[in-house]
Amino acid sequence: MKRWLPLVLFVVLVGFFAKGLFLNPREVPSPFIGRTAPAFTLPLVGNASASFSPADMKGRVWMLNVWAPWCVSCRQEHGFLMQLAQSGTVPIVGLNWKDKDREAAQLLAQTGSPYVAVPEDLDGRVGIDYGVTGTPETYIIDKEGIVRLKHVGPISPEVWKDKFEPKLKELGA
Amino acid sequence: MKPFLMAILLALSLPVLADSPASPPASAPKQALPNAEDPVIEQRLVNLAEDLRCLVCQNESLAGSHAELAEDLRREIRGQMKAGKNDKEVIEYLTTRYGDFVLYRPPFKPVTYLLWLGPLLFLAIGAAAWYATLRRRRAAQSIPVDEKKLAAAAQLLDEK
Repeated sequence: MKRWLPLVLFVVLVGFFAKGLFLNPREVPSPFIGRTAPAFTLPLVGNASASFSPADMKGRVWMLNVWAPWCVSCRQEHGFLMQLAQSGTVPIVGLNWKDKDREAAQLLAQTGSPYVAVPEDLDGRVGIDYGVTGTPETYIIDKEGIVRLKHVGPISPEVWKDKFEPKLKELGA
Repeated sequence: MKPFLMAILLALSLPVLADSPASPPASAPKQALPNAEDPVIEQRLVNLAEDLRCLVCQNESLAGSHAELAEDLRREIRGQMKAGKNDKEVIEYLTTRYGDFVLYRPPFKPVTYLLWLGPLLFLAIGAAAWYATLRRRRAAQSIPVDEKKLAAAAQLLDEK
């Protein structure tokens, strides 16, 4: 037994390191899960006289997708979001984060918009209220306005199947 | 031989130094902070932000980071300090949004017990191993010596 102890310790250590190697350091546990989504009221991109507030979505399960025209990985997930929007599974609101050059309206006109509303968070304050560290980030918010899931990084079909679909099913979307 | 070895080790270590990102000296970011109109608040901000993590470049402090989000967060903190909030309230503002992850000094609570008490645990394991070894040695020393055998051995040695 004593002879094997160093080997056992070594294997345990390797196990820890291997696990750590495949963790995503961007995946910071969000303190918002299970808490009410922070309220805000922001003007819409392309229609500054209209505004959006999370309260508008009460009674529906919806997704808040934080994106920006300058964000490359947002373009990567754009195609998939378009598919989602066409399938009509869940309404997506696209928070336009820190779009200082005001490119969102033009970009969405070019590429198509997967969003039901695009609130404009010019100074990034609402993003900070949601604990956004970088785009894209996506939240699932339930019928009572409580944050149920947060995903950091682009949504790929695999992520959608493993992470989003079960959660949406659970919430009855 | 030794100087030769040292030279090789030194040569090996140099590329590593050269590859590490050119981080500015610790004091530089403090001077680079914008809007330093109120030196008291600025000093409080730097003191506080040194212990906070920048969420974009996760191994930099909020005080030293040039990431845009870090700048925004410093602006928020500055605004709150101007509004008269104390350090504790500012930290609470950040932890409700970003969680304990922003704190470089994690709070002492059930999930961090192992983190804080781990070193003590390892100290205890070490102490136990030390004690066990000492006991074993003492036991080995106190084996009664057979006087007859000792005499026989002495005799054998004397014969030579």
